Amino acid sequence: MPADPGWANSAPPGVPVSVPPHLGEPPRAPDASAPEPVRPAVSQQALVDALRGIVPAHALLWRGEETTPYECDGLTAYRERPLAVALPETEEQVAAILAACHRLGVPVVARGAGTGLSGGAMPHAHGLTLSLAKFNRIVKIDARARTATVQSGVRNLAISEAAAPHGFYYAPDPSSQIACTIGGNVAENSGGVHCLKYGLTLHNVLQVRGFLADGSPATFGSLALDAPGLDLMSVVVGSEGMLAVVVEVVVKLTPRPQVARCIMASFSDVRHAGDAVAAIIADGLIPAGLEMMDKPMTAAVEAFVHAGYDLDAAAILLCESDGTPEEVDEEIARMEQVLVRAGATRLEISANEAQRLKFWSGRKNAFPASGRLSPDYMCMDSTIPRARLADMLLAIADMEKKFGLRCCNVFHAGDGNLHPLILFDANQQGELHRAEAFGAEILELSVAMGGTISGEHGVGAEKLNSMCVQFSDAERAQMLALKTAFDPQGLLNPGKVIPTLHRCAEYGRMHVKRGALAFPELERF
Amino acid sequence: MNDTLIGLAERVRQAAAAKAILRIRGGSTKQAMAGVISDAATLDMRAYSGIVDYAPSELVITARAGTPLVELERVLAERGQCLPFDPPRFADADGRLAGTVGGMVASGLAGPGRAAVGGVRDYVLGVLLLNGRGDLMHFGGQVMKNVAGYDVARLTAGSWGALGAICEVSLKVLPMPVATTTLRFDMRQAEALENLHAWAGQPLPLNASVWWRETLAIRLRGAHAAVEAAVGRLGGEVIPPEIGSAFWEGLRDQRDEFFIEARAAAQRENSALWRLSLPPTTPVLPSFLDTLIEWGGAQRWIVAPAEDTLVMHRAERAGGSAFRVSGGVGDGAGYATPLAPALLAIHRRLRDSFDPHRVFVPGRPMRFQDS
Repeated sequence: MPADPGWANSAPPGVPVSVPPHLGEPPRAPDASAPEPVRPAVSQQALVDALRGIVPAHALLWRGEETTPYECDGLTAYRERPLAVALPETEEQVAAILAACHRLGVPVVARGAGTGLSGGAMPHAHGLTLSLAKFNRIVKIDARARTATVQSGVRNLAISEAAAPHGFYYAPDPSSQIACTIGGNVAENSGGVHCLKYGLTLHNVLQVRGFLADGSPATFGSLALDAPGLDLMSVVVGSEGMLAVVVEVVVKLTPRPQVARCIMASFSDVRHAGDAVAAIIADGLIPAGLEMMDKPMTAAVEAFVHAGYDLDAAAILLCESDGTPEEVDEEIARMEQVLVRAGATRLEISANEAQRLKFWSGRKNAFPASGRLSPDYMCMDSTIPRARLADMLLAIADMEKKFGLRCCNVFHAGDGNLHPLILFDANQQGELHRAEAFGAEILELSVAMGGTISGEHGVGAEKLNSMCVQFSDAERAQMLALKTAFDPQGLLNPGKVIPTLHRCAEYGRMHVKRGALAFPELERF
Repeated sequence: MNDTLIGLAERVRQAAAAKAILRIRGGSTKQAMAGVISDAATLDMRAYSGIVDYAPSELVITARAGTPLVELERVLAERGQCLPFDPPRFADADGRLAGTVGGMVASGLAGPGRAAVGGVRDYVLGVLLLNGRGDLMHFGGQVMKNVAGYDVARLTAGSWGALGAICEVSLKVLPMPVATTTLRFDMRQAEALENLHAWAGQPLPLNASVWWRETLAIRLRGAHAAVEAAVGRLGGEVIPPEIGSAFWEGLRDQRDEFFIEARAAAQRENSALWRLSLPPTTPVLPSFLDTLIEWGGAQRWIVAPAEDTLVMHRAERAGGSAFRVSGGVGDGAGYATPLAPALLAIHRRLRDSFDPHRVFVPGRPMRFQDS
């Protein structure tokens, strides 16, 4: 019996197929830093001709005024116009479009609502933008199995609305949930303010169905809790449209909690607030939500929503419990004790749903409120260990002086996920550049603290350089090879997420992972 | 860097150069499931053992692959925390619970809490992986939310060695539940399944369930008030805590009456033990020789005559899969359900990239037949 049945005939041992052959050589996947596409660019005419027979005329946009609305996603600083935009209406059309692009060698960038914050849906200059906007049907709500089968263009909030009559909701609630689609959530592995208790997108999705780059159908995951083979859904979720194009998602539904209550706690010192977060977790509590705002952020949102926030506090914590009324009473009492012990200077517990929503109104409006403070802002998204929250806030205060820019802070404190909002004015000479340097320094400090450069917004086109800081050459080469395993020609959303070794070398030989070369004893290259 | 880790990487590089094969082993508790290739040298991960980092307020523990699961759980219990998905620890030939952290991740097996709290991959935050080139690579990290790059760390859960040797793992952990109560009901299978579906759709602290021979047992876990309220609502017989706890442990480690009988029958007689992973609302299947149901209907253990192919067909028709755990024709264990061709091609290319020289012999669940 062969040692390795079933795998063996893919390639003779020792002969890698479709992978970057050796570390140190530029892998085959295209690179956003390279202005040239990896293959001869196909003309707009040739692409439009190929797609005309597949989708109706109204579903194919290619004139400049038609494609301009698609030139960026939520990260508006990065813009590019695609050769064309297709808005297929059926799965057959998606498959045929992908097959045609595969034949022509045209890159394909899938797009949901375009609310992403890292440029993941930014078009490719020589590519097609594939909008899933018309895949907006809720296929089935199965109350007995507690699942919803929805097309990928369905909005996040629309799932909860459709499930509400059955007493269910879809737990992950990114702030953009009114607009963002489940397909986009799958691409980004989106979180939200409740993911400490209820998990990320990955934890709430059972099955993802779609097409590979060549147009062949593929189903990842299963309606059962596991399936034969590697758990490919784990990498498809969060792959930012680089592994497959998703047309249908089966999500888990969660029974709607009977009641939710929220504590708003003030602290006179950011360190006390950071320690309170750790103390809550150490006490065995898993709040439904645990959020922090610093003083400048609190002032900004208070001016925006007038919710009665404590403007004297150095930091404010929002700590929520949900469940049955008995359960919530028990938890709120414990949370209150811990917060008082941790030095809270003021505590307010929501007495009713209206007051709870008022507590949250400022947090939920942190971004628009910042928009009123400054012509431009840049939102960062790193995650650090919870215990380092106060250290990070103090370091950011130093960076404000260093870069001469203001920064407001909102944190998903329970997850250690930071959203510093760096305020700047792009019309002032050098401010954008300083803001970018400020952001990069926050990301590098996050990695140095044992964290990550992106908690939920994705790498997209924005954080490619920071990926060089977080991962070694071998790690990035392995990720590029993973991409190649799904998409041998590198056609799906090329140039995003994983920078090439070449790009990282260019970014700077000074940026060595974790402050020291990983495993200096090992031979490299 | 740790000498043991350097040694492991060196072994892999040498094996790759010599075109030799290696079988990764931990506690050797899953050999029957993994299938032993006798001519393969072993890469013994037990030498790389111990807790690397544990910060209870971060809800994260990092351990080396060879750390026994019982040791990891002891360390967590000291700080009132646990692995909520009840991974089976399995007994070795001497009857000791010998399963390791690496084996838990590589097999991706979870126990009674799986349906309510998620499985192994849901708790994996990061790994240090030794691939077939001898490269040591970190994926993921030690934080809850991390979308930098592909989530390769979670992909290693249930990979049975196909991507390489898992050397270190960072796991999300949770506080131990404040209150636990076990309830028992006399109930036929169809009624038990219907009740489980209905209860799971309500805000009840339903944490685990098992049905066997006309008896349904459920485990409630959560805040005192929530568990007490649920006991009041659901009725049934309250099982004394120590008996309940021993029962769920036995089920978790697959050492309770059903598994002992089923494995013995599979060895002795002409029968096989199957594990079916199904959509939970799959209706009652034919009785075969014996049936035990977990995960609210999503995991069904079936003892069937060895030559019976009906089990497999039923699983596939229901949209699930069937894995033969022991007994049956040929050398026993393996998936009866084939992979779709497009997915098989991805698997092959992944393996080409992680282990181009085919150094590692993956366990049986990762060996795919052409079909």
